[in-house]
Amino acid sequence: MAAKVLTITSGKGGVGKTTTTANLAVSLARDGKKVVCIDGDIGLRNLDVVLGLENRIVYDLVDVIEGRCRLRQAMIRDKRLPELYLIPAAQTRDKNAVSPSDMVRLTDDLRAEFDWVIIDSPAGIERGFRNAIAPADMAVVVTNPEVSAVRDADRIIGLIEAEEKGPARLIINRVNPAMVRRGEMLSAEDVIELLAIELIGIIPEDESVVISTNKGQPVALDGKSRAGEAYHNIARRLNGEKVPFLNLDEKEGLFQKLARMIKPGGN
Amino acid sequence: MVMEKKPAINIKGVRDGLLITVGEGEWRDLEAALLQMIEERAAFLEGARVALDVGNHILRAVDLGKLRDRFSEKSITLWATLSNSPVTEKNAQALGLATRIHTPRPERIIHALDTNLPGETAILVHRTVRSGFKISHNGHIVIIGDVNPGGEIFAGGSVVVWGRLKGMVHAGMDGDEKAVVCALEMEPMSLRIAGYTLNLPQRRGKPEPEMVYVQDGRVITEAWKTKVK
Ligand SMILES: Nc1ncnc2c1ncn2[C@@H]1O[C@H](COP(=O)(O)OP(=O)(O)O)[C@@H](O)[C@H]1O
Ligand SMILES: [Mg+2]
Repeated sequence: MAAKVLTITSGKGGVGKTTTTANLAVSLARDGKKVVCIDGDIGLRNLDVVLGLENRIVYDLVDVIEGRCRLRQAMIRDKRLPELYLIPAAQTRDKNAVSPSDMVRLTDDLRAEFDWVIIDSPAGIERGFRNAIAPADMAVVVTNPEVSAVRDADRIIGLIEAEEKGPARLIINRVNPAMVRRGEMLSAEDVIELLAIELIGIIPEDESVVISTNKGQPVALDGKSRAGEAYHNIARRLNGEKVPFLNLDEKEGLFQKLARMIKPGGN
Repeated sequence: MVMEKKPAINIKGVRDGLLITVGEGEWRDLEAALLQMIEERAAFLEGARVALDVGNHILRAVDLGKLRDRFSEKSITLWATLSNSPVTEKNAQALGLATRIHTPRPERIIHALDTNLPGETAILVHRTVRSGFKISHNGHIVIIGDVNPGGEIFAGGSVVVWGRLKGMVHAGMDGDEKAVVCALEMEPMSLRIAGYTLNLPQRRGKPEPEMVYVQDGRVITEAWKTKVK
């Protein structure tokens, strides 16, 4: 097996990177892929909480890097799925405990055994971001339909291009069709027009995300909610399937129009 | 100060920290020598702010990014890269590195008048200038792509954007009032020519190609109708 290393990033905090990492990992594992996710948010770990695995942490990423345990020992298996693992972040260390080349070495050790290595990046453009992007084969930028989130996404997309990891792909999270209709929120078209990268998914604002996060059960585990379905579709697109975009709005044709706007590989 | 055995690499103190200069030769060898040097002199260099002068070498963004990371592992901040190659400069700028230090190298000082030499220089940037990225050049700048909000363009001469201009532009930054700014869609966050600032008009209707220039001390915006002012 030769894993693809996928880094989930955004620039701005709170836009849904961790939610996306957890749900894509779960969706890919549900489709029979071997998946390991790495919490790159050292000092502020929370991927373990979102996945409901926090009680099982013994060792973390920094323990592996500093040689206090073997890689295997820091990998927590999610028992709900056949092949889903988490390498948690250290809670008490800062980002400088890890370097970009540490991350490259670590992921190289995982590549042979997995289909997907998914890295959850911290907010910001500093060391934590560079650690997360250094080993990436592919980058996904998560944004919300808000001016400030889009501005940060634009900056991050530029940095990903500069690191020669581009072109990044885009997920627009927390879209509220009713607000877009009333002109109170940027539309997905507005966001794509500015960022001009390939769209791989739109996730609606969905309260089941918050509820499931609090329970440590990512929405994608059962795929019954709109958000869960949207995440599952992204996972299938990552595996090369052509999946039409969900029609989040009653208004016919909007997402067909969107699909036409996608410019693969554009920058 | 010349290092023994490694004549290709020099370190000296400058106002902004340390300036490391590399000489001629294969980049691979120089890079290895550089990395060995930071290894050997780790204690001396720890916490230092370093500007790196790579002379004529053409470096890719990955090369520069790798160096910066290796430096940062030794707690050295690589904040600037000086180069004679516009390609290297562009790559450095894309990574957010400065390309000039406080005391510019003498051969790089270009006076406002020199930008009006026959056969003026221009750079062509074929990419989108995204938020937080800056392009600066003493001559003219031509961009094929958009300048997004938060992107910045500084030119000694004129600026042509074959795309949407939504960021910030300062043309004629050394005082050249003959500089112009053209864009297919003119919606800048701010626009200056020499010492003049464009008061951004409310956009009415569909954006069209426009040119902005200074005439009689006023900044004029004009629709582009295949005529030159
Ligand atoms: N599609 C969504 N609908 C509703 N709430 C969401 C959605 N996506 C994320 N959230 C909520 O937003 C908050 C921030 O998400 P998180 O994934 O932690 O962001 P980040 O990792 O980018 O900081 C969380 O409380 C999460 O439950
Ligand atoms: Mg997070």
